[in-house]
Amino acid sequence: MPDHHHIDFRNVTVRYGNDIALDGLDFHVRKNTIFGIVGPANSGKTTLLKCINRTIDFTSTASVDGRVRIDGENVREIKNVYSLRRRIGMVFPLPVGLPLSIYENVAYGPRRAGIHDKGQLDEIVERCLKQSVLWDEVKDRLHSLGTKLSGGQQQRLTLARALSLEPEILCLDEFSIAIDPVTTMKIEDVLVNLREKMTIILVTNLIQQAQRIADDMMFLNDSDIVEIGPTAELFANPKHTLTAKYLSGEMG
Amino acid sequence: MADGKTSSIRALGSRLLDRAEPLIKGVIYVSGWSSILFVAAIFFFIFKEAAPVLSSVDWGSFFFENRWIPNPADENKAPSYGAAGIIYGTFAITVVSMLIAMPLGLAAAVYISEFATGKTKEILKILVELLAAIPSIIWGFIGLVIMSPIIQWVFGVEVGVNLFNASLMVAFMAIPLIVSISEDSLRAVPDSYREAALALGASRWEMIYRVLFPAAKNGLLAAAMLGVGRAVGETMAVWMASGGTEQFGLLFDRVKAMTATIASEMKDTAHGDEHYQMLFVIGIVLLIICVIINVLSDLVIKGVKKKHS
Repeated sequence: MPDHHHIDFRNVTVRYGNDIALDGLDFHVRKNTIFGIVGPANSGKTTLLKCINRTIDFTSTASVDGRVRIDGENVREIKNVYSLRRRIGMVFPLPVGLPLSIYENVAYGPRRAGIHDKGQLDEIVERCLKQSVLWDEVKDRLHSLGTKLSGGQQQRLTLARALSLEPEILCLDEFSIAIDPVTTMKIEDVLVNLREKMTIILVTNLIQQAQRIADDMMFLNDSDIVEIGPTAELFANPKHTLTAKYLSGEMG
Repeated sequence: MADGKTSSIRALGSRLLDRAEPLIKGVIYVSGWSSILFVAAIFFFIFKEAAPVLSSVDWGSFFFENRWIPNPADENKAPSYGAAGIIYGTFAITVVSMLIAMPLGLAAAVYISEFATGKTKEILKILVELLAAIPSIIWGFIGLVIMSPIIQWVFGVEVGVNLFNASLMVAFMAIPLIVSISEDSLRAVPDSYREAALALGASRWEMIYRVLFPAAKNGLLAAAMLGVGRAVGETMAVWMASGGTEQFGLLFDRVKAMTATIASEMKDTAHGDEHYQMLFVIGIVLLIICVIINVLSDLVIKGVKKKHS
């Protein structure tokens, strides 16, 4: 079902106090695709992600109108918000290694979901660390503190952690900010393969990254969608001059 | 002309500052070292007062016998200084008060830091600070006049001033300290940790227990140690609420603490007599206990750091 609408935003408006962060967004993300979101700072990219797993709830000043639906289900009406969040992997722009060992960082989510079997956890930890291209660097020190890793390693650790619950949706908020280009490419390959299993939303400041791996993409500017469509089309025939400017790096 | 004047003033200023630099350095240096000097001086004077008796103290009796009779009724008998019951009193009050104060203090800190919002949070913080400002004599008074009959009534015991009462008062005094330091260290944990844990589907409690506590561990330990220090050193409230009988008392028995012994008996001594010197020996033991607690807490905190590196 390539055209199945996995995530559906209908007239979603988010305000922080009186400031509008998202202004009536309407769009959908197809299942098992990589959906790229690009746009300048303060255009609402991170807020958009927070609406999906409802971490926006932690911001007391934020108010959300409209509907976000996952598989047709309104996330506002989901009673067990923890189970919702377990279905959605989230990687934040600044690496957040929890003050636990590398192993426990990855095993944290599965443990919360009730997996306690050592063998099963070992398997999950190894799989996720391999997917995030971190395994070779840390396999001999899984039980040392995760926060002692370098910035780039911590970011891959958070990616591993996000993958640990085999989420159906993976949200990446500028995941490659602190990762070298070679490793970034490796992770991009992994993401392309993961697409079979999950829908990936990729917020990125690297326009080439979106061009390389996003199936569809959206250009956000000033809290609103400027243009949305298949990635190749956006790059080849942008309908808006603003899109053209941004994608070619002319917009300052 | 005016320009020349300001620049010459400025030059003078900077010259003065250059001169003052070593002076400022000196002041800072002296301030730093003075704390060491003070500690050394405290040890020196307390040892000096106790010195004449130190060589003749029967240490076995002091630490292991509960016979504190500085002024025997029978004048032909020698006074006896077995302080085991008094030392026990201090330990018992410390342990019981911490059993009460630590869980309550930590829970209050978690509530203020993680659950309370807006006005509630502000009001609670102010109240906690207010609680910390209540003088210990007031707590002693509350223990003696209010808590004592309540304890007699609720637990059906004969004496209301006892180990439990004193521990309760000390706990109330230590709680604000534990709350405010724990709360500070919980608040110092970056929000990104909270978001990361919650985004993984952890519940609020799992996030606090699994992520916040480990992240704030050093601060929480420091809070606990300060609480212990407070309990060991507290005098007035303990004196008034504990009943003042040196014995290995249980929860509802009278006990007597080292601090209260010094405070209550000092007036009965003549400057420099044996009883006076023995009170200073108790002071030395108290001081050593405090040093041990401090060193231990330092080691514990360092140990925690090491384990994580």
